[in-house]
Amino acid sequence: MNIKLKIWRQPDAKSNGRFETYPLNDVSSDMSFLEMLDYLNNNLIKEGQQPVAFEHDCREGICGSCGMYISGRPHGPQHKTTTCELRMREFKDGDTITVEPWRASAFPVIKDLIVERSAFDKIMQSGGFISVNAGAAQDANSILVKKKNADEAFDSATCLGCGACVAACKNSSAMLFIAAKVTHLALFPQGQTEAELRVKTMVAKMDELGFGGCTNTRACEAECPKGISISNIAKLNREFFVAKLKE
Amino acid sequence: MSKLNSKIPDGPLVDKWTKHKTALKLVNPANKSKLDIIVIGTGLGGSSSASTLGELGYNVKVFSYQDSPRRAHSVAAQGGINAAKNYKNDNDSIYRLFYDMIKGGDFRAREANVYRAAEVSNLVIDHYTALGVPFARDYGGTIDNRSFGGVQVSRTFYAKGQTGQQCLVGAYSALTRQIKAGTVTMYPRRDLLDIVVVDGKARGIITRNLVTGEIERHSAHAVVLATGGYGTIYYLSTLALNSNASAAWKAHRKGALFANPSFVQIHPTSIPVMNSYQSKLTLMSESLRNDGRVWVPKQAKDPRKPNDIPEEERDYYLERRYPAFGNLVPRDVASRAAKERCDAGFGVGPTGLSVYLDFRDAIKKKGKKVIESSYGNLFDMYEKISGESPLETPMRIYPAGHYTMGGLWVDYNLMTTIPGLFAVGESNFSDHGANRLGASSLMQCSGDGYFILPYTITDYLADDIKTPRIQTNIPEFEKTEADVKERIKRLLSINGKETATSFHKRLGKIMWDYCGMVRNEEGLKKALVLIKELEEEFWKNLKVTGTDSELNQELEKAGRVADFFELGKLLCMDALNRKESCGAHFREESQTETGEAKRDDDNYSFVAAWEFKGEGQEPELHKEELKFEFVKLQERSYK
Ligand SMILES: Cc1cc2nc3c(=O)[nH]c(=O)nc-3n(C[C@H](O)[C@H](O)[C@H](O)COP(=O)(O)OP(=O)(O)OC[C@H]3O[C@@H](n4cnc5c(N)ncnc54)[C@H](O)[C@@H]3O)c2cc1C
Ligand code: SF4
Ligand code: FES
Repeated sequence: MNIKLKIWRQPDAKSNGRFETYPLNDVSSDMSFLEMLDYLNNNLIKEGQQPVAFEHDCREGICGSCGMYISGRPHGPQHKTTTCELRMREFKDGDTITVEPWRASAFPVIKDLIVERSAFDKIMQSGGFISVNAGAAQDANSILVKKKNADEAFDSATCLGCGACVAACKNSSAMLFIAAKVTHLALFPQGQTEAELRVKTMVAKMDELGFGGCTNTRACEAECPKGISISNIAKLNREFFVAKLKE
Repeated sequence: MSKLNSKIPDGPLVDKWTKHKTALKLVNPANKSKLDIIVIGTGLGGSSSASTLGELGYNVKVFSYQDSPRRAHSVAAQGGINAAKNYKNDNDSIYRLFYDMIKGGDFRAREANVYRAAEVSNLVIDHYTALGVPFARDYGGTIDNRSFGGVQVSRTFYAKGQTGQQCLVGAYSALTRQIKAGTVTMYPRRDLLDIVVVDGKARGIITRNLVTGEIERHSAHAVVLATGGYGTIYYLSTLALNSNASAAWKAHRKGALFANPSFVQIHPTSIPVMNSYQSKLTLMSESLRNDGRVWVPKQAKDPRKPNDIPEEERDYYLERRYPAFGNLVPRDVASRAAKERCDAGFGVGPTGLSVYLDFRDAIKKKGKKVIESSYGNLFDMYEKISGESPLETPMRIYPAGHYTMGGLWVDYNLMTTIPGLFAVGESNFSDHGANRLGASSLMQCSGDGYFILPYTITDYLADDIKTPRIQTNIPEFEKTEADVKERIKRLLSINGKETATSFHKRLGKIMWDYCGMVRNEEGLKKALVLIKELEEEFWKNLKVTGTDSELNQELEKAGRVADFFELGKLLCMDALNRKESCGAHFREESQTETGEAKRDDDNYSFVAAWEFKGEGQEPELHKEELKFEFVKLQERSYK
């Protein structure tokens, strides 16, 4: 098929960016979206132009590196799919596809489609862990966890840290990302001792780093490639409330 | 005197590590903070090392080329992580785990190292659980285990098909805690471009800041490589695209011996190539072979759809050749058998390079629901890529490069032949012999980093407590930095016509054709010539766009491909030298009458450790004899 791409080009963080249009012919429907970009880049390099910079690594939907707006939606049109998992089968001959980086002030653009997401790491550093040193643990089976809790904790822990939730939110809130971590750790007995501190410091860090507040528009849940449920945010609010009460 | 002193402690197998630990020197807490350690890599090997060294009070600096430690390739591991807990009461033990690994590795690994890996495996599971890794559980609240990779006990801990992700999230959280505590400093988006050796010891690294292009110097009292495997040398593989060999290769050029480079595991069940721009082969977990049956049509190039081919016209070749193990034969055996059928013209799909993995009978027997609940996420993944549902049509699979057992040679203390340079995880060669058993890599990476390296590196550093911080303005840093810059300049100045990716693809094809699943003398010799020619062409006709002082992904790739050429030659040389078949290394000249691998213990029971002798020079082979004191060597038979 033949398509037209409108891609955000920006040489570095300091320069202004703009859209460039590239027609691309003979795209195979078996290609992944990123392979289509490889193909475009190969053509660009041959013509002596700079290829489009984009972030990627695993190319199987697990590392959270890839992430871009595709025709107005984070990770593109397919539900519960990362950009790298998206196939060209989802598009048709003659389509115009707009590709741009995440837009959020906490995620500044570094180049073309690559943004800086270290704010997520900083939030994690503020409290997204259980404090235990190597060697201090007891036998794994001495901590009993209800199967239901373990399964729910797993669902929350599948968050990729990709940033689509922030990109999807009109307030650029990182609430779903934080809620996923708080929920994951709150569901385990071993996460309880520091649960109150955790939720307070993580939320405070989010505010400090320039992410917006949550106004319940649910855009994050709709665009999250791992289907992290908004019920995590309800859980976070409960945890936060309890923590504040105990102050 | 041989360069290789493995430092394996003597005494009974079960006491070796305990005895060795007791003799290791300590460093007192006040001195630890004055000692700097560099860790490169944040996968399970790197994150575990860095967080633990931070917890101990060392001053740690960690590097990765990803933007966040959480994205290291370990995140992609699917099936699980082994431990000898015996939670299923199926008579598992540390000894059995050890034995399965030694046998699975086709008796080409060190007994002492493998035993230790099995010994610390239980501690690893305890630690991950304490960190909040959501391993699958039973209704009673205890942890569930499954059988994996054709072993007879259920010792694999798992979190659906995302065990690597879940373990890495746990390891990353512990790392993150140390970053907050200030013991660890994280340097993301950095490419290690060389190792700095001062007075014979590893004392630092040169990195490129991938955003600004700046070349940086970082010093330390010791350096730890946790940089993963080099399976991407085949271009198409199951690894993350940016995985590469450069860190290990730079260490090799600086004096670290490279062991068994040709031991590469080809995984039998990946989704086959679908288009010419394909960039990656997606793994389908081997757990699928528990219920799926592998077959090809009995008639070559059968044009019919798989579901239209009647039972008697299907060749279930694994069940036919290996009645005892059937579809559950080890990875190397399954891979070669698929290749054999496809080479003979019986392969299916548009390219003829795939075989069917069929769930029809399992669905009939157990019901769609059960099969769907076991493999749902894998089926979804397959359907997204191929557009077909394995519930309706048999999957198509083909082998793909997956894991490198070879790597930097290390002694029992995980130290390379450069004093002060350590290697953990997939980047070292130590625990998997000629073939790795499923779910034992996550276990080894974590064991190395949490429970082995922290002890052995402390022993090394105990002699360094009087050494002040290493300065970076010394001639060794200047020289190494100048070399790095010179090479970047060279790559940028060629100004030819072909991209690094295109060269990588061509190299990958040579490696796959001649140094992949099946090797022979003629092919390997031919490959050596072809690689050399292609390498020359690369240095004449490479095209890299952009400059060195900006984010430049083409420049990153070019440097990695340049190193792959050099490593590729060493792989072929190693494969050529080893005239036996063992594990994943199959030399056509060394097979039984029925086409199975034939080991030659009299002549090849050694680790082949190669020394770099300079540009254009033949590398020198050093042999570390493998002594088997506790297990009896056997033929690996799955008939
Ligand atoms: C698809 C797949 C599934 C797998 N499933 C399983 C499984 O179920 N069970 C199992 O036990 N094993 C499995 N494995 C194998 C296992 O995942 C790996 O062997 C293991 O994760 C390697 O971990 P590591 O810490 O050694 O390196 P990696 O996780 O590969 O990390 C390498 C790190 O080094 C850094 N790095 C590398 N080079 C440089 C450089 N030059 N400069 C700066 N940084 C650098 C990277 O940024 C990264 O942080 C699987 C492998 C694949 C490919
Ligand atoms: S919550 Fe979902 S969208 Fe947000 S970072 Fe995690 S995986 Fe990405
Ligand atoms: S590249 Fe890893 S999730 Fe897309």
